[in-house]
Amino acid sequence: MLRIHDTTPVKFHETLVEKFREIVGRYPEGKQKSALLPILHLAQAEYGWLSPATMDAVAVFLSIKPIEVYEVATFYTMFFLNPQGRYVLEVCRTGPCCLVGAEKIMQYLEQKLGVKEGEVTIDGLFSWRGVECLAACGMGPVLQIGPNYTFYENLTEQGIDTLIDELKAKSQK
Amino acid sequence: MARKILLEHIQVQNINTFEVYRSKGGYAAVEKAIKTMSPEAVVEEVKKSGLRGRGGAGFPTGMKWSFLAKPDGIPRYLVCNGDESEPGTFKDRFLMTHIPHALIEGMIVASYALGANTSYIYVRGEMMPQIRILEKAIIEAKNAGFLGKNILGSGYDLELYVQPGGGAYICGEETALLESLEGKRGNPRIKPPFPAIAGLYGCPTVVNNVETIAATSWIINHGGDEYAKIGLERSTGTKLISASGNLNKPGVYEIELGLPVEEFIYSDEYCGGIAHGKRLKAVVAGGSSVPILPAKLILKTAADTARLMTYESLSDGGFATGTMLGSGGFIALDEDACIVRNTWNFSRFYHHESCGQCSPCREGTGWMEKILHKIEYGHGTLQDISLLEEINKKIEGNTICPLGDAAAWPVASAIRHFRDEFEWHVNEPMLSQKNNYGLANYGA
Ligand SMILES: Cc1cc2nc3c(=O)[nH]c(=O)nc-3n(C[C@H](O)[C@H](O)[C@H](O)COP(=O)(O)O)c2cc1C
Repeated sequence: MLRIHDTTPVKFHETLVEKFREIVGRYPEGKQKSALLPILHLAQAEYGWLSPATMDAVAVFLSIKPIEVYEVATFYTMFFLNPQGRYVLEVCRTGPCCLVGAEKIMQYLEQKLGVKEGEVTIDGLFSWRGVECLAACGMGPVLQIGPNYTFYENLTEQGIDTLIDELKAKSQK
Repeated sequence: MARKILLEHIQVQNINTFEVYRSKGGYAAVEKAIKTMSPEAVVEEVKKSGLRGRGGAGFPTGMKWSFLAKPDGIPRYLVCNGDESEPGTFKDRFLMTHIPHALIEGMIVASYALGANTSYIYVRGEMMPQIRILEKAIIEAKNAGFLGKNILGSGYDLELYVQPGGGAYICGEETALLESLEGKRGNPRIKPPFPAIAGLYGCPTVVNNVETIAATSWIINHGGDEYAKIGLERSTGTKLISASGNLNKPGVYEIELGLPVEEFIYSDEYCGGIAHGKRLKAVVAGGSSVPILPAKLILKTAADTARLMTYESLSDGGFATGTMLGSGGFIALDEDACIVRNTWNFSRFYHHESCGQCSPCREGTGWMEKILHKIEYGHGTLQDISLLEEINKKIEGNTICPLGDAAAWPVASAIRHFRDEFEWHVNEPMLSQKNNYGLANYGA
């Protein structure tokens, strides 16, 4: 769902706009809309999620209608339409990973972080969710963390403990 | 040791860099094709090789290339399908991570053959690290004169770009992929027109899987006839198999097509048998969309001959007793695995991934997920099992793209081969919450 009450205007900084321009250059004249997904990824990496104001600014940049951005952002699961934790832990929940313990890993994560799927921890650091197959079935269970989509394979409960500690330490720097 | 083509140099240190890849004979196919062959001759070699699409459908690649329309003054496109979202499949990730130049080299050869001057590699957005790897490889190839303007002084120009997806299985379907590449929702297009006539931006387009494209370099270097000698009959060449589930050694293996399934599962060269000394219960041989088979039917066909890793042998017996090679996503389920739970899980996947365009798929996948959930949690009835079969028939063949079929087949085959396990969940609601149905008579 779109959070239409959030209307803080967004202005992309120059280095980001330069990247946007480079991306638009990959497509034929007049086909700049092709740049939409790559640009939304960059915008999300910058702000942590896609607010309607961010999407409106993307629409202006690409000379397309805002609805063309909304309909895309709401279709693809990687785009967040709500603010998330600083680290979003996305655990694969599909068949092959479940054969090797993904469900237990998700239960453990829920208990460890003390928040349900999709919720953010009070300190704003973490949220988590199950996602569909990440194409790493032989290394399951797996999770990924955006915006760089760093991968953690063959997860165990101890592995989760270490990861959470590392991320907490990293966030204090 | 078995024949290796794609992964021949996988053990070589730094094979992911241009220098090392080149020192192992990399980019020789680009030189040979561009300097000594006409585009038509390249297509001809690929035709002769018998190479079939590795994305799942197994369509002959050379034939697909020769169907590409070539109207004057209209650009043609090659789009590589690196969406890799079929559960159980992770070979393209492996290839792009470890030997990115194999894909770049294949892209140049194929683009030249098709007369494309701009080509795109569409990679699922979650593979951001692989996207970076490919972008680096493209820069390296460009610096060495294999990409850009006037490649190797031939007058042929090619620009190559990597495009991220946004997390949507449906964008692996080629026309949804093209929509996505145009910056739209991934709703599959009605065919015809096929992409070969009207694809990206309405122009003639070929869409090929990562592994398919990567295989073309070897074919150009050694000739189509040599490639056709590898493998078995109409299943020529080698295939990357992604092995997952309850195996001792899950991972990506390059096999020569024709390898017996039993050898693939149990030999130490491949999967090394079932993990924790358990017994095999079932296999999904070609990615989650293909029919699941009980152990006895995956090891031997209904006619009691050894089942082989080929397009033909795996589909021997049709859907009654066979399955498909598909994308080569080989998922092994051991004696503790619950077929009902696994089927419910897959149905949830298809429901989540249905683009919502066609009612039979949008609604049907949701109903199947709900009913399977009900059965799995001990609230099902025997009528629910028949209802699932009914819904299946109403989805299959009634949708714009094959996602509907892909959602229906796993459920239909699970009920076909494991009906007693579904009935046990209905008849023993309490027990089925605590115990597993076990192997019954499925094991080999
Ligand atoms: C729902 C669905 C998902 C698909 N996903 C993929 C995919 O992730 N990768 C892929 O190469 N082909 C996928 N395909 C097949 C493509 O539509 C297409 O046939 C393929 O990319 C052609 O390449 P090939 O001939 O080299 O196999 C999918 C098809 C369907 C119906």
